[in-house]
Amino acid sequence: METEPQFFETNAAPTVVGQPMNRVDGWAKVTGHAKYSAEYNQLPGLVHAVLVTSPVAKGRVQRIESSAAQKQPGVLAIFTHENLPKLAKTPDAPADKAALNSPMGFMPMTSDQVHYAGQTVAVVVADTLERAQYAASLVKVIIAPEAPVSSYQDPKAQLYVPKSVKGMPGVTKRGDAQAAVQKAPMQLAATYTHATIHHNYMEPGATTAHWEAADRLTIYETTQGVSETQKTVSLMLGLATEQVRVITKYLGGGFGSKAWVWPHTVYAALIAKAVGRPVKLVLTRPQNFTSMGHREEQQQTLRLGATKEGKLLGIVYDKTATTSPWDDYAETNSRIIGMLYHLPAYEATYRLAKSNVMTSTATRAPGDMPGSFAIECSMDDLAAQLGLDPIQLRLLNYADIDSSTGHPWSSKSLKECYARGAELIGWNKRNPKAGATREGKLLVGMGMATGSYPVHNSQGNARVRLYADGRAVVQAGATDLGTGTYTIITQVAADSLGIPPENVRFELGDTVLPSTQWSGGSTAAGRVSSSVYLAVQEVWQKLIKLAVMDKKSPLYGAKSADVAAEKGRLQLKANPGKGEAFGEVMKRASLGDIEGSALGRYGSNYEAPQTTANADPNKKENAAEHSMHAFGAHFCEVHVDPELGTIRISKWVSVIGAGRILNPKTARSQVIGGSTMGIGAALMEQTVRDPHLARYTNASLADYHVPVNADIPEMTVEFIDEHDPYVNAMGVKGIGEISIVGVTAAVANAVFHATGRRLRDLPMTPNKVLAALREPA
Amino acid sequence: MSSDLFPPADTPPPADDSRRTFMKQAGGIFGFALAAPLAGQAERLTAYSKTVTGATTLTLRINGQPRTVQAEPRVTLLDALRERLDLTGTKKGCDHGQCGACTVLVDGKRVNSCLTLAITAQGKEITTIEGLAKGDELHPMQAAFLKHDGFQCGYCTPGQILSGVACVQEGHAKTDDQCREWMSGNLCRCGAYANILAAVREVADKA
Repeated sequence: METEPQFFETNAAPTVVGQPMNRVDGWAKVTGHAKYSAEYNQLPGLVHAVLVTSPVAKGRVQRIESSAAQKQPGVLAIFTHENLPKLAKTPDAPADKAALNSPMGFMPMTSDQVHYAGQTVAVVVADTLERAQYAASLVKVIIAPEAPVSSYQDPKAQLYVPKSVKGMPGVTKRGDAQAAVQKAPMQLAATYTHATIHHNYMEPGATTAHWEAADRLTIYETTQGVSETQKTVSLMLGLATEQVRVITKYLGGGFGSKAWVWPHTVYAALIAKAVGRPVKLVLTRPQNFTSMGHREEQQQTLRLGATKEGKLLGIVYDKTATTSPWDDYAETNSRIIGMLYHLPAYEATYRLAKSNVMTSTATRAPGDMPGSFAIECSMDDLAAQLGLDPIQLRLLNYADIDSSTGHPWSSKSLKECYARGAELIGWNKRNPKAGATREGKLLVGMGMATGSYPVHNSQGNARVRLYADGRAVVQAGATDLGTGTYTIITQVAADSLGIPPENVRFELGDTVLPSTQWSGGSTAAGRVSSSVYLAVQEVWQKLIKLAVMDKKSPLYGAKSADVAAEKGRLQLKANPGKGEAFGEVMKRASLGDIEGSALGRYGSNYEAPQTTANADPNKKENAAEHSMHAFGAHFCEVHVDPELGTIRISKWVSVIGAGRILNPKTARSQVIGGSTMGIGAALMEQTVRDPHLARYTNASLADYHVPVNADIPEMTVEFIDEHDPYVNAMGVKGIGEISIVGVTAAVANAVFHATGRRLRDLPMTPNKVLAALREPA
Repeated sequence: MSSDLFPPADTPPPADDSRRTFMKQAGGIFGFALAAPLAGQAERLTAYSKTVTGATTLTLRINGQPRTVQAEPRVTLLDALRERLDLTGTKKGCDHGQCGACTVLVDGKRVNSCLTLAITAQGKEITTIEGLAKGDELHPMQAAFLKHDGFQCGYCTPGQILSGVACVQEGHAKTDDQCREWMSGNLCRCGAYANILAAVREVADKA
């Protein structure tokens, strides 16, 4: 296509888009027929691999006693750093790490070095799972231990300011924030701390590796990105990209951790080749805590200066966090703190401490989630100090443009979110005074917080094949983490093609399909929907060309530009009565099917070419410079038991403005899901590393508490109708991550309102609540 | 917390294989063993039990069909289903009875199949997610999960659905609070709890 159609102008009249359609993959999921990555049991000669991990956090492997394990029936091989087949490339050098898109700059089992507890030191392969597990328990790894650094809080820890974290400089300065804060009539400073958190997706990390020929590998992988996995694995094994096929038809949650290739995936591939059999490797639940990343423990100090009326003058922000021995990794919290409100001066600094722990990784709304806790609790404190309503203070500091870039927003419905959320929760009934509302012995509080998540630029391909019988197959190598991708793309394809959704089959999760980027960073909905929509436009362009050249068509002789496709019918724009169904054109041309493909773009990747293609020469405005974010607000009511220190959420309301909502049912599920995970972080989730041994003490689902059904109240979710012409062809912003941003602060703000006490150390477990209640308000 | 979470004091104890029953049996055996002469009793008990080693043929009645499987005594019901019978609808989330993803019905009661040895499930009626629908007709609980979007990734879903079926049968889904409590053994990390509750409560109200 010469130019990409603009938002809404050429988009088919929505029929199923925007409807709360049931999930198209729902039947497979409720009947047990959905096949996940460890469930390809029919592979010939499939054997099982089990990891042996290090109980020591730092040291060198001296000796491995594996003879007892070797003698066990069914054992095929035991791999250690001494006999693991050599990789073509490892991520150990920074340049290679970047080239491999590796989450860690270290590949365990390529040397005798142990850098963290739970690091893989051996892999046992046997014919059955039980035999592999038992043999693994017999492998003795003798490690000469050294004293580990357990975290940034360790007295041995050496803090440093990194050159950059995730592409952001270690220090950011905008204006003179130090001076602005020092001179401000209102000054607040507070420190917030966060425990380590694990994703704890329900489906453990799993790889099934099958060499279909000496140079052709197929892996069934728990990944959010089949193309990214294909690239990383092929480079590490020294294969061409196309020699590796990656399949992920169903994924049992990911939340960021399954966005990368972790070491165990590579071992499975290497080992399958070495033993000449397909290998299935599934991490145990404890191994998931030390194999696929986590959200790092961190401390944030936020100093703000404001006018007497409550207008922000400046913020000085510091984040201190734990990173691994090789990487400068930290969530970029400073982003949201610098853009959420109108902020004239800002300074942000990251400090890291290299410790004996694996590299932390993307975890649902990386940076924005913890960052929102610091800024949104601080705003609540400022409101309380000034005697202002928390919403009023936020409106006073409302950012009409993005302070961090100076750009206008592509769209922003935050004021509507505040207003609707307040209405839904009954904010007007809230007693402005903290600690003044009781229900029997329980302290009752109501809190709110703002959420925001950026639009990350991305792009990807899609293909549409329309059959003459009115059915279609749509393909894009995306993944559906449970987010609803299968369903929303089916809806978009159905509407653009003008056929019912049951006539559309959307195929994803396979590198033989047109490649698209990973499902992460809330990009998939906007990107893949746009790709498919544009691919359908190519189908129409081809069909219109056929029709206008066909003497038997009522459209014969018309100009292509004068013909439009409307609900599957090709017709003259000026005279819609003149036209015919696409099937007629195809039948006469003896075409069984017709294909279209397109590259869909998301974020400024979309806006920039749009601006070039559709530039109005009379307008000087550079439309390619919008700041793109989804915005929303969370509201909740809590009951605090002053005797037990327990916090229970009794009401929850989320209102989000995120562009066009393709399916309000699956979108609502995303928002209640993110809120639930945020409630977990607020109230109960923490992985505790022993300060002396640097080893997790609670690496199980019994000891690491994720929210259960009894923790979650009724939840109300609404979306603001928002049109965004700049973000992508479909006007869609992602919602998977904004759903969690602001959640912990909303809970903490409600607890403050209930008790008059500010809890700044997450999770807010009963002991901390009781300790706070013992202090004067 | 509402009082309907617990049965009234005059309710008779449940006639099931719950902990209460187990404790009674264990107490009985223990009391029996304490009676003299100890050695003689131990020998007698040993004589009654069969020692099984290595892989043997087990017969499991699954979804109304007898299925045979070659497995060692240490093989769990979960691994027998997933790894040997290719009934992968039953999920492994933790392998330690902490998450509920592996929930199946054994003689109509919900159990964690990861904590059940396959060999001990012989002679019992096992229902997995694959056996819940009648052909293309979904079980009402499956249909309710679909309607209320009681899942996202789908990995905890088979366990949630079977747990929901049992929860309704137990009479533990009569109010929202009671249902939340009795469905809390099944973790859902996608956070579909509010929708799971709606699904189970709808089926309970119709039952």
